[in-house]
Amino acid sequence: MLSNYEVFKLLTDLKEQRKDSGKNKHSAGQQNLNTIMYETLKYLSKTPSSRQTPEIVKEFLTAMMPHKLTKAEKLQLLNHRPQTAVEIQLMVEESEERLSEEQIEELIQMVATVLPGDPEQENAAPAEAQIEQS
Amino acid sequence: MFVLVEMIDTVRIPPWNFPRQLNEAIAEELNKKLANKVVYNVGLCICLYDVTKLEDSYIFPGDGASHTKVHFRYVVFHPFLDEILLGKIKYCSQEGVHVTMGFFDDILIPPESLQQPAKFDEAEQVWLWEYETDEGAHDLYMDQGEEIRFRVTDEVFVDTSPTGPAAAVTETPAQPGQPPAPPAEASAEKKDPPYTLIGTICDPGLGLLSWWNS
Repeated sequence: MLSNYEVFKLLTDLKEQRKDSGKNKHSAGQQNLNTIMYETLKYLSKTPSSRQTPEIVKEFLTAMMPHKLTKAEKLQLLNHRPQTAVEIQLMVEESEERLSEEQIEELIQMVATVLPGDPEQENAAPAEAQIEQS
Repeated sequence: MFVLVEMIDTVRIPPWNFPRQLNEAIAEELNKKLANKVVYNVGLCICLYDVTKLEDSYIFPGDGASHTKVHFRYVVFHPFLDEILLGKIKYCSQEGVHVTMGFFDDILIPPESLQQPAKFDEAEQVWLWEYETDEGAHDLYMDQGEEIRFRVTDEVFVDTSPTGPAAAVTETPAQPGQPPAPPAEASAEKKDPPYTLIGTICDPGLGLLSWWNS
């Protein structure tokens, strides 16, 4: 199984390579590859996976080890970067039995600190916090 | 969402591509054959990941091109059961809500998998969720272009290889003089997409993102 970040990196590298070689991108045979690459890159660049690096992924997986999550659950957390308890319950099976509320909070905190988020969202949040404090 | 599939295939390199590096020519031929295509019971192929083994290239009598057996890995879109995916609503119909992900379009959420109770508004051709709170019933519309989170419950693969002419002939035995227009029309109407995903939004947290982001 591949994470969205791996596919994103593969496609951006492939795009760079094709831009450099340049001759035959527009031949009839290559059109399918161009279409699928364009659409998939468009979709992935709007997800949190586009902002990850291999170090972040490694850090995330080591941080997840004590929680004993299955590979599919860790992959979904990595791809979606859930911010609420409801999202975590969706992605982790039987989360009410396996994780206490504190552990779910801990997971949310870890996801928010280790994985980079949407820069627009993060700029809005500190501004709101400042308004509340003053 | 994506898996790596190991495949073996014989790649034909035409003679005018001989000056190119073998690896590049093979990568181009494989992408030309598989990118953006659905392989039966495998999924939607995206792009080549790497080549694991290249066997010897042979040239056969009568054909100037070289044939090489290649072991390679391909990136394929094949979500696992119960995976949560994010998409946009393409349009709503009586069959349910059609969702698209940009690179993959054939995702359907049937009416029984919508948050209950749900109703279809004929005038606006849109499904809506009748959400009851203490204050009264809110109608939450599922408009086009809205981002929606859904869980994959089923996948349907249809073999779209061309059928032989024998099938068309047996359908019209009583009309030998007629041109083959009727069988052609019948098969054009039943054009099933080769790979369809069935989803559900019947759980807390699923559905339009705007419903859950307070």
